[in-house]
Amino acid sequence: MSVLVDRDTRVVVQGITGHQGTVHSRQMRQFGTTVAAGVTPGKAGTDVEGVPVFNAVRDAVEATQANASCIFVPAPYAKDALLEAVDAGIRLCVIVTEHIPFHDMLVMYHYARSKGTRIIGPNCPGIASPGKSKVGIIPNVVFQPGRVGVISRSGTLTYEIVSGIKEIGLGQSTCIGLGGDPVVGTSFVDALPLFEADPDTDVLVMVGEIGGTAEEDGAEYIHHHFTKPVVAYIAGRSAPPGKRMGHAGAIITRGKGTAETKVAALEAAVARVARFPYEIPGLVADAARGARR
Amino acid sequence: MVKLAEWQGKNVFRKYGVPLPRGAVARSPDEAETAVRDGKVPLPCVVKAQVLAGGRGKGGAVRFANTPEEARTAATAILAMEFKGEKVREVLLEEKLPIGRELYLSLTLDRTLRLPLLITSARGGVEIESVADTEIDRQAVDPFPGLTGYEKRRAAQVLGLSGTQARSLERLLDSLWNVFQHEDAELVEINPLAVVGDGIVALDAKVIIEDDAAFRHPEYAEIRDDRTELEEVAREKEIAFVQLDGNIGVIANGAGLTMATLDVLKELGGAPGVFLDLGGTDDPKKVTEAFLLMARAKPASVFLNIFGGVTRCDTVAKGLVEAMHQVPPNDRFPLVARIRGNNEKEGIEILRSAGVTSVSDLRASAEAAVDAARGRL
Repeated sequence: MSVLVDRDTRVVVQGITGHQGTVHSRQMRQFGTTVAAGVTPGKAGTDVEGVPVFNAVRDAVEATQANASCIFVPAPYAKDALLEAVDAGIRLCVIVTEHIPFHDMLVMYHYARSKGTRIIGPNCPGIASPGKSKVGIIPNVVFQPGRVGVISRSGTLTYEIVSGIKEIGLGQSTCIGLGGDPVVGTSFVDALPLFEADPDTDVLVMVGEIGGTAEEDGAEYIHHHFTKPVVAYIAGRSAPPGKRMGHAGAIITRGKGTAETKVAALEAAVARVARFPYEIPGLVADAARGARR
Repeated sequence: MVKLAEWQGKNVFRKYGVPLPRGAVARSPDEAETAVRDGKVPLPCVVKAQVLAGGRGKGGAVRFANTPEEARTAATAILAMEFKGEKVREVLLEEKLPIGRELYLSLTLDRTLRLPLLITSARGGVEIESVADTEIDRQAVDPFPGLTGYEKRRAAQVLGLSGTQARSLERLLDSLWNVFQHEDAELVEINPLAVVGDGIVALDAKVIIEDDAAFRHPEYAEIRDDRTELEEVAREKEIAFVQLDGNIGVIANGAGLTMATLDVLKELGGAPGVFLDLGGTDDPKKVTEAFLLMARAKPASVFLNIFGGVTRCDTVAKGLVEAMHQVPPNDRFPLVARIRGNNEKEGIEILRSAGVTSVSDLRASAEAAVDAARGRL
């Protein structure tokens, strides 16, 4: 078992004929993912390195039984791409595209949710389960199969941390990059239960950032519902107080949202909070020894 | 984000039918006096500095005038001001209305609920952070039906409005909702919203437009934010670039890795001075431009920390080597590099041939960058 993706995952890449779509379709296949189809309007009948291209997601699903989508479509068209995937019956959509207006994402999120589709992202590196499947852009080299789960709001910092886990001889069960945008399809609170239920995950690494209150909410969930050992890290402790989103923003997050409040919430809920990325592998090893009992 | 000045925000409000005081913008004392003499601004009037910082009233940036001459005097004084570090370029002159109560109203995003939030309080005219939570009402608004009748009625009730005033509020809320959605706003705030006779009037306007929606709002492209000159150049080149107080330049890719790098440098006693996030790029030219931009900020040392994903290590190395040829001798800086990930070997080899060593340990490389900034490399 793994989280959200496995060997039965059949990916349709939306925007496959673009540079990033092509490069990452290739890397997904090298990882072992079944890339069943690509979609680019107007390019039906062609192929990208052997992957058949369709005009519409619905056509791709009918012809190839694709069941997950990876979206590389540029921001102005990303909303339409997501709605199309949802309407074609896709129930897992990874949105790699960055700079999607949050007003679009609000509509995308609530529409997807009403139809039972999970979104990961936007502006995210995606999800990977070594030895099974990857939907997204996390470099293949950082992974090896193992029993450490990773949930992160970052992109490259996730690669750094996952790579660090591999360097001490451990591997990953599933790694999810949630994306750093104000509105994301899957947050810590949404992802944590999946790892709690996953028999392949012994230890969880949670990587957060300053901004918003997703880490505090995650810490609260861990405190009440999560039974596996967690190693947490928050990036941005030294950042100067950010440009605030006006006064209204301040009263929503009242007393939350800074590095201090996040670290404090996590320290209350999690035994192992790393101060710097290079402390993570040691804490993971320590937690893994405990978890094996 | 694009923060609109009050007069710009009010121009947007006007387009959507939000009731406003009659007024005019002036960029000189002459313009101010003329606006009053021509009757565009009825007397008595208020003259307000058009700056983004709050607390204008207490700071002397809001004055009153009963005659065109007084309006001129007030405008002269305010246009000569520098308010909280911001040069005053415009004043807004508006009729002084007989104000009843002052209320608070805003629409913004609740990231946790993933819904717009309508915030109302009968305690307007003061900073909303200073108002007790119990006196602030929050309603999450679903974008699918949009703002509903019952939500508007609740807002009126919270604000203590009934009859004609309540109808007036409900119309204003529809306008405000349209501003929020159609202008891709992160924040629309009216504080104070004033009760004037049978109606209500927006005395102030705070509007912040989201950057990511710029592609459908070319009209905001000209509005400058509080960026430094180099930050502005970076923005044009689509490089995230922020100037801080220290002397170490940091070039990384991705916000999280950049922040983590700053954390480590600070812990080791270094002072990050500029942070530059390359983001995802496959283009060595963009990397070269980023380095040249960094050179212009004159850092004491530069720490390059890259984890290659979309941005491949060899792309970064090529761009870096090209930049090293182009940087004027006086602007050269000691460089500590750490590149890992996709095409790592190729990248390290390109750097080595240019005389730059990549250190793979994060702590060790950050220490080297701190030492270099202290002139000890």
